[in-house]
Amino acid sequence: MRVMVIVKANRDSEAGVLPSEALLTEMGKFNEQLVKSGVLLAAEGLQASAKGVRVQFGGGKSTVIDGPFTETKELIAGFWLWQVRSIDEAVEWIRRSPFRHSNEQIEIRRVFEAEDFGPALTPELRAQQQNRAERISGN
Amino acid sequence: MKATDVERTVDAVWRIESAKLIAALARLTRDVGVAEELAQDALVTALEQWPRTGIPDNPAAWLMTTARNRALDRLRHRRMQTAKHEALSAELEMDRERSDSVETAADDEIGDDLLRLIFTACHPLLPTEARTALTLRLLGGLTTAEIARAFLVPEPTIAQRIVRAKRALSEAGVAFEIPRGAELRRRLSSVLEVIYLVFNEGYSATAGSDWMRPALCEEALRIGRILAALAPAESEAHGLVALLEIQASRIRARTRADGEPVLLLDQNRALWDRVLIHRGLMALARGEALGETRGPYLLQAAIAACHARAATAQETDWVHITALYDELARLTPTPVVELNRAVAVAMAYGPAAGLELADRIEAEGRLKSYHLLPSVRGDLLAKLGRYREARGEFERAARLTHNARESRLLLDRAAACAK
Repeated sequence: MRVMVIVKANRDSEAGVLPSEALLTEMGKFNEQLVKSGVLLAAEGLQASAKGVRVQFGGGKSTVIDGPFTETKELIAGFWLWQVRSIDEAVEWIRRSPFRHSNEQIEIRRVFEAEDFGPALTPELRAQQQNRAERISGN
Repeated sequence: MKATDVERTVDAVWRIESAKLIAALARLTRDVGVAEELAQDALVTALEQWPRTGIPDNPAAWLMTTARNRALDRLRHRRMQTAKHEALSAELEMDRERSDSVETAADDEIGDDLLRLIFTACHPLLPTEARTALTLRLLGGLTTAEIARAFLVPEPTIAQRIVRAKRALSEAGVAFEIPRGAELRRRLSSVLEVIYLVFNEGYSATAGSDWMRPALCEEALRIGRILAALAPAESEAHGLVALLEIQASRIRARTRADGEPVLLLDQNRALWDRVLIHRGLMALARGEALGETRGPYLLQAAIAACHARAATAQETDWVHITALYDELARLTPTPVVELNRAVAVAMAYGPAAGLELADRIEAEGRLKSYHLLPSVRGDLLAKLGRYREARGEFERAARLTHNARESRLLLDRAAACAK
């Protein structure tokens, strides 16, 4: 299964303060371990919300709201995509991350795989999804 | 802490650490069978103690120390006075002093041990099925029951394969080492073969199969990625990983909801997994950057990449694919590669050119019982408007396939030619 491991924003990340060299080194080591264990699929860090926008829909219109956004704890500062066999394995990995010395809260979420829809995804729904995907790809 | 919580944590720790643990112990004991037993013993001890003591801060180091002490006890207990055991015993002591935790051991050291373990588990002296079982057990940390479910064979069969494999390695005195020089190539190809085989076993699982079968794709990819990370100078390791990543990227698109397979060119490319394609292309680039003559995995990956890069089936660069198949056919001139080459040539240069190649395979009498040869010929003949001959080929192909669904599709095509 795949999980997304989500790191929340904090005052520093929102202020655009870059992580210390020590932390970067430790993080690099941790990522290296993930790679050598065949676990790491992708990882990205996000810039402060001040450099982002939100698009608000409503009443058939859309409005663009410039950052920064206030509710820091709800913001995402970065994520990993991991291939693991269970959530427990992901938990065990994050326990070894540089965050173990911090007060951060890390969120681990399962990524939907086709088989997770099970019988709920009837052939009709699946066909619909297929059609939608075809329209998106312009085929 | 609840016993079930401990069990879940121990499972997760085992998943992460077992291969490293077994590898380090195999270096010390020079026997993968003994190493695995020691690791398992440590695991059992953890399951007994951790519910009382709580989970240690560094569970990996705890397991290693426990297993290493067990190894020492075992040696002392036997009191074997041979020089070899004395030396080994001394080495064990030294090792304990040198690194009391796995974490303090240098990354390179752990990596080398893991590589040794991969090469040993995939040793060519073992039959292929023993290699795959042992690899999944030692490198993937899978239980015998899980391997049995994945391969649709009874559990005792797998258990026996593993026992025999370990005994064979021990009796043959196979050194726990990374092969060098010409030997490295031969041994590496055995490793790559095992990983590819595990992947294909999972890839061939049909919808509704036991989830352990598709999980084999993930296991194979994981072991392949580990191998490529540990042996970055081996272009074929990158080639295999690239091939697997790109093939895995199509898993969602390759069957319809009713389980009907969808051919590559008919697949909905929007369902292809972009992350895996990206990873596949990166792995391909890493392999090609090594600048060696491309081996069979790198070439197959390059072909898969041509498809992955095409936004629509119509945009496929068949001329490039044909050139890659030429190279592949020179390297591995098997009739199946030749047949694929014929298909590519037909796409690039027209059905007549492809048919010429397919006819040559036919004339040589190779692939006599392979349904895809008449199937391809039927397709090319139909494109050339030679429907009567095409019909005969589709019917022949339908008789040769063992798959009822495929047979029906082929008979439909035969019927269409009659109109």
